[in-house]
Amino acid sequence: MTPPTNEIIGPIGNDPAPRLGRAAIAKRAARDLIDGSTVNLGIGIPAMCADFLPDGVELLYHAENGILGFKELSAPGEGDPNIMDAGGKFPKLVPGMAFFDSVESFNLIRGGHIDVTVLGALQVSRTGDLANWIIPKRGIGSIGGAMDLAENSKRVVIAMEHNVRGDIAKIVEECSFPLTAPACVDQIVTDIAVIDIDRENKRLVLRETAPGWSFDDVQARTEAELSTTGEVGEMV
Amino acid sequence: MIGGFGGAGGQPTRLMLALRDLGVGDLTIIGNVAGISKTTGYGWPDHLDPVDQGMFFESGQATKIICSFPVPGTTNPLSDIEKAWREGKAEVDIVPQGTLIERIRAAGAGVPAFYTPTGVGTPVSEGKEHRDFDGRTYLLEHALTADYALIRAQKADTRGNLQYIGTSRAFNPAMATAARTTIVEVDEIVEPGGIDSERVGTLSTYVDRIVLREAGDPLP
Repeated sequence: MTPPTNEIIGPIGNDPAPRLGRAAIAKRAARDLIDGSTVNLGIGIPAMCADFLPDGVELLYHAENGILGFKELSAPGEGDPNIMDAGGKFPKLVPGMAFFDSVESFNLIRGGHIDVTVLGALQVSRTGDLANWIIPKRGIGSIGGAMDLAENSKRVVIAMEHNVRGDIAKIVEECSFPLTAPACVDQIVTDIAVIDIDRENKRLVLRETAPGWSFDDVQARTEAELSTTGEVGEMV
Repeated sequence: MIGGFGGAGGQPTRLMLALRDLGVGDLTIIGNVAGISKTTGYGWPDHLDPVDQGMFFESGQATKIICSFPVPGTTNPLSDIEKAWREGKAEVDIVPQGTLIERIRAAGAGVPAFYTPTGVGTPVSEGKEHRDFDGRTYLLEHALTADYALIRAQKADTRGNLQYIGTSRAFNPAMATAARTTIVEVDEIVEPGGIDSERVGTLSTYVDRIVLREAGDPLP
């Protein structure tokens, strides 16, 4: 069952217009995925990208637990625990699927063979630093495969809500949370904007805004400074 | 060491329950996604009550865990590992998953240490040797061994060759090579030849003991 992408949030507080729902964030992030890529999707919004691939795009999905080439999930109550993805869900057995152990799985990741990983984030900095594994106040967190994926994938896309509770900035000048990997993020897709990270010049480039949102509206909800190169489009 | 990935598939659940019932204490557990299934259902079919490595912290048998994923995103309800950690009863050493599996592989392969780019610039790099190769910075990580590896396979032959199924491999094959004593839990024991030589996933050399599950065991 594909979640609806027309869900909108708000406007909340002094937002100028509604924010996109989680499914719409995933749909926008999925639009840039290139046919034939080997892709690892994190849990949450990233995993939802699989529901919204553009027509004609087929990806080779990798999950850390040792599976390549899975597609849709089994119906609830029908999955085989020996065919699992890294989110703990049970994909269907399909032709061409491959199983392997964790040594091979992380050879694939550490060796730089993953084309794109889409992950969630707690904070992303202007220079592309990523923090997504521990909230300092809690004092304990889980790394899993996130450090290997963020450090070694050819392209790192973050799909997340732009602010915490519509207020606190997650795109910051410098991460205050412990890092997952430094200078690794290429693009951020949120509920109000698409932002490219020009890591060479250490700057954020606003590419698109949600309908009804201006550059200034997005900047007001972003701690790090935004820039533009050419026209800013509308997220569709 | 406790094999599998996290979730029911590939987890040596019967060996874990037996270790808990044995009651031995002061254990250090080496696992991967260690303690999130009981509270979140991660990797378990809906109709079963999930068990995970948190059982050794609930029972007070374990004082330390080395793993990549000790706790779920939520603290409601609190997992057994996080509860023990908050009460000061458990030390938790969180290792990036690729580094963890490579440390285990290295131990089995006679490699004392290796360099990895993963973790540079993060808290896991603290106190570790950094070295540049071709303009990129790497961390020195050391091999990780254990007294026992408890692992899970689908089938063993009487020599101890193992065959795995689906995604149940995960940490099992590497752990089999890295511990002083490797104990495997299987659904079936066959004569030599009962596992196709092309499909041997772990060599008998690494396997010390085979434990056969009861026929019709409802656990995955």
